[in-house]
Amino acid sequence: MIDGTANSIKSFLKTLSPVDQVGAEARAAMLATRSIKTSSKSWAIDMAISMIDLTTLEGADTAGKVKAICNKAVRPDPSDPTVPHVGAICVYNDMVKIARTHLDAAGGRDIPVAAVSTAFPSGRASLEVKRVDTEDAIAHGAAEIDMVIDRGAFLSGDLEKVYSEIQYIKSLCEGRAHLKVILETGELVTLDNVRKASFLAMAAGADFIKTSTGKVAPAATAPVVLVMLEAVRDWYAMTGVKIGVKPAGGIRTTKDAIKQLVLVNETAGPEWLNPQLFRIGASALLNDLLMQRMKLRDGHYAGPNYVTLD
Amino acid sequence: MTFEYAPALESTAVVKIKPEYGLFINGKFVPAKGGKTFTTINPATEETLTKVAFASSSDVDKAVAAARAAYSKVWSKMPAAERGKYLFRIARILQERAREFAVLETMDNGKPIRETRDIDIPLAASHFFYHAGWADKLEHAGMGSSPKPHGVVGQVIPWNFPLLMLSWKIAPALATGNTVVLKPAETTPLTALLFAEVCQQADLPPGVVNIITGDGSTGSAIVNHPDIDKIAFTGSTAVGKGIARAIAGTKKAATLELGGKGANIIYEDAPLDETVEGIISGIFFNQGHVCCAGSRLLVQENIHDEVIEKLKRRISMIRIGNPLDKNTDLGAINSSAQLARINELANSGDLEGAERWSPACELPTKGFWYPPTIFTGVTQAHRIAQEEIFGPVLSVLTFRTPQEAIEKANNTPFGLSAGIWTDKGSRILWTAKHLKAGVIWANTFNKFDPASPFGGYKESGWGREGGRHGLAAYLKGNH
Amino acid sequence: MRIDVKKTYKLFIGGAFPRSESGRTYEIANSKGIFIANPAQASRKDLRDAVVSARAAFTGWSGATAFNRGQILYRAAEIMEGRAAQFVDEIVAVEGISSTAAKKQVQEAIDAWVWYSGWCDKIGSIYGSTNQVSGAFYNFTIPEPIGVVGAFAPQKSSLLGLVQTIAPIIATGNTVVVVASQKLPLSAITLAEVLATSDLPGGVVNILTGITAELAPWMGSHMDVDAVDASGLTAAQDKELRIAGTENLKRISTFKAETSPQRILAFMEQKTVWHPIGI
Repeated sequence: MIDGTANSIKSFLKTLSPVDQVGAEARAAMLATRSIKTSSKSWAIDMAISMIDLTTLEGADTAGKVKAICNKAVRPDPSDPTVPHVGAICVYNDMVKIARTHLDAAGGRDIPVAAVSTAFPSGRASLEVKRVDTEDAIAHGAAEIDMVIDRGAFLSGDLEKVYSEIQYIKSLCEGRAHLKVILETGELVTLDNVRKASFLAMAAGADFIKTSTGKVAPAATAPVVLVMLEAVRDWYAMTGVKIGVKPAGGIRTTKDAIKQLVLVNETAGPEWLNPQLFRIGASALLNDLLMQRMKLRDGHYAGPNYVTLD
Repeated sequence: MTFEYAPALESTAVVKIKPEYGLFINGKFVPAKGGKTFTTINPATEETLTKVAFASSSDVDKAVAAARAAYSKVWSKMPAAERGKYLFRIARILQERAREFAVLETMDNGKPIRETRDIDIPLAASHFFYHAGWADKLEHAGMGSSPKPHGVVGQVIPWNFPLLMLSWKIAPALATGNTVVLKPAETTPLTALLFAEVCQQADLPPGVVNIITGDGSTGSAIVNHPDIDKIAFTGSTAVGKGIARAIAGTKKAATLELGGKGANIIYEDAPLDETVEGIISGIFFNQGHVCCAGSRLLVQENIHDEVIEKLKRRISMIRIGNPLDKNTDLGAINSSAQLARINELANSGDLEGAERWSPACELPTKGFWYPPTIFTGVTQAHRIAQEEIFGPVLSVLTFRTPQEAIEKANNTPFGLSAGIWTDKGSRILWTAKHLKAGVIWANTFNKFDPASPFGGYKESGWGREGGRHGLAAYLKGNH
Repeated sequence: MRIDVKKTYKLFIGGAFPRSESGRTYEIANSKGIFIANPAQASRKDLRDAVVSARAAFTGWSGATAFNRGQILYRAAEIMEGRAAQFVDEIVAVEGISSTAAKKQVQEAIDAWVWYSGWCDKIGSIYGSTNQVSGAFYNFTIPEPIGVVGAFAPQKSSLLGLVQTIAPIIATGNTVVVVASQKLPLSAITLAEVLATSDLPGGVVNILTGITAELAPWMGSHMDVDAVDASGLTAAQDKELRIAGTENLKRISTFKAETSPQRILAFMEQKTVWHPIGI
């Protein structure tokens, strides 16, 4: 399909069907009306917990903060061992080692650490810096690399640069880490761009396509996730390879999370409903899921003082 | 385990169905002369919901007399702005009682609660709100400086959008100063009768709106009543033609919204995912019980296989079943008679060699059901390409050039709706210009709005409903 | 002394002037009963041929720009003006009215062409609309020509009623098969000569002379006629035509002697188009 030349990239992306924004939004809005109750809700809550990339990406992050979320990742609800652990921990580069070490110590050996790399969130750095950033994260135990694409290059039409950068980072990850490619859809703006960037990333070797850094609004809106789920569905039909999707940013409530699962279920299909193929980048979401879980378990509404604040 | 959606049933507690309903004449519920009644059932369960009065021609006389008196003594004398306020009131009460109407409509009609809740009832309320604002602005309607109402309007509406069709009829009629005798469809009378209660709550002067229930004979008595000035009918083309014959040579004006066989044209550069959604909404919205359904899919031949594959995948996800479940996409067929009609036509598709496909799906054992169905390999000569099925059955044809698409699209006695899917603006406008249809959806389908005129070319009817153009149907101009 | 060369009054179909395929003519006398001419008596087959011509002309005529149609209608007025004397003489002879009255009728007919000429490129602006629907959609309504229109010109007017019938129908791109006043058909054929030299494409206007009662049922039941101006029919003929017309739900209208945009709109369909507004 693509041999890396500018022309082959351009002509491949031209084969993609356009997206009608209003129609895509209408479809996403319709799916948001799905009413998920009782047994399906309880299933969805646990599934959503297991899909969370529990994230802290602040300048004020400390070892203490990272350790705290690692504990939370392993045992989201200390009072209830039936709660599954989360999908991964997502941190900045310098916290990877701390997170890995602490997860291992806390019984979370099977919880991967994801590192945001390649000069996250802007991506405005030389390829060499991005290489070092990535190598460093992997060396310290990152099993997942969340890279950002060069949106400037994408918007200026230098698709070859976007493609080759992803390909290059992928070559660094090969055999050692999963590659999640952040499109930063809030900066791509149109759904046509989201579709193009999704295919570009998949063609260049992404294992996951991820909506956003969380630093730009809007982030993981339902229409954006819809278009990305359509992309992985169609990519699977074309190549037989299943690529994962990770919405990140703005998913704060159980309702939001369940809407995401409905989108997955009715777009890419049920085979995407597992943490290997769908992740949710979030932090505050986990406590809301836990409170909803308590409500289903106990029959009354929970309060924020009954979930841990980490 | 997979993500099965547990039943999410809308509560019926909000609805209180009475054991029996009378006719709403002159502001009061009265029994039919002789006390004749008929039953209405829930088509999803076949359970009887209630009994309603069966109006005979003498009941029609009473209703028309009430409407005439209300017209000459009250409604035609009322300042237009005050008239408008009644419509605003009705709009508000419909919004307040929206959930009650949605549940009742779903029970009586069989359509999914998601549609009654999100489309039928909100649109019905917005029709009243929209027309309320017209009442004191009729001199701006393009009908001259002082257009006049006809007087008493007889209205006969179908079962596919019971309250919505009522609002399409009553709202413009009242806004323009007419009074109304309306007959809901035999299988779906209940929301019209609940609407009568809304008229009472709004303190609408007695006789301005009269709602009488019955069957075709009741409708015929309205159409032929000598003191009715105008007929407004939505329903089948056959009945519409009968009405046109019945009023030929009389002073009665008429608007008719009749059948269709809408072409939904898919060009090779269409936004495919949204197009598939549009095809789905075009034929499976309201179980395909839609006069403007996109029931003939015209796909450019070079993308036929891709479109059909995507379409089948999407159809497989349609959720069929209890219409009161909030996750149901496709509800019950409205009646056994309609189910028989769908069966008969779909079977003709098999006999004439078209290829039938439906997803694997379980249909409920009670009630009237038909699976979402597509026929490929259909040509213009097939009955299923020509006749209105009025069910969840799509006929797929192909074309090679835009000219061929237009020729096939227009090759029908109907002319109500059409769809165009392409990314190319100039082709949209070219196609829209050449289609002989009153409503054209480009890169969308089955959208409705009170501000948007609706109605057909050719045998799809006379006149428009909605928008400024719809007012013309209820006014006599002076220019 | 010189013997006048008299005109043979034939039909006007598809831009040509054929005799009736039936070979029939009927006699026209003046108000005092004196013979004037033997115009063609059109048959149902002539009507059929005229409908075929009108249908064939529809695509081109409705596809012409409104400005172009406006110029052609104005051209008809120009040509009529030049032949005004002939129209006056004919009207005086047939209707038996004063030449002043006849002249007034001719002038009003010319002015009707001019008036409708100006409507060609304005009807859409005035009677179309953009509609403010809820949601991200652009929505507009435009009036479009309906197709082939049958017309029965008023019986009591040689020329003015006829022009008031034809002009609003064709202004928007419709084509017409018009049956002239049964007793006053001569101006119709002279009008045809005007139209034939007005850059009007053949088949846009087809004029039949003959017996109204004979032709009306065939017009009413013809499935390729989309609408009818029934102004020239009696009440009984009108009712019969309306009943026949239900077979394809013809739009059937009648008008008093009036010049009004409603006469244009009666032969138009309103088309509403939706499109999403997105990026």
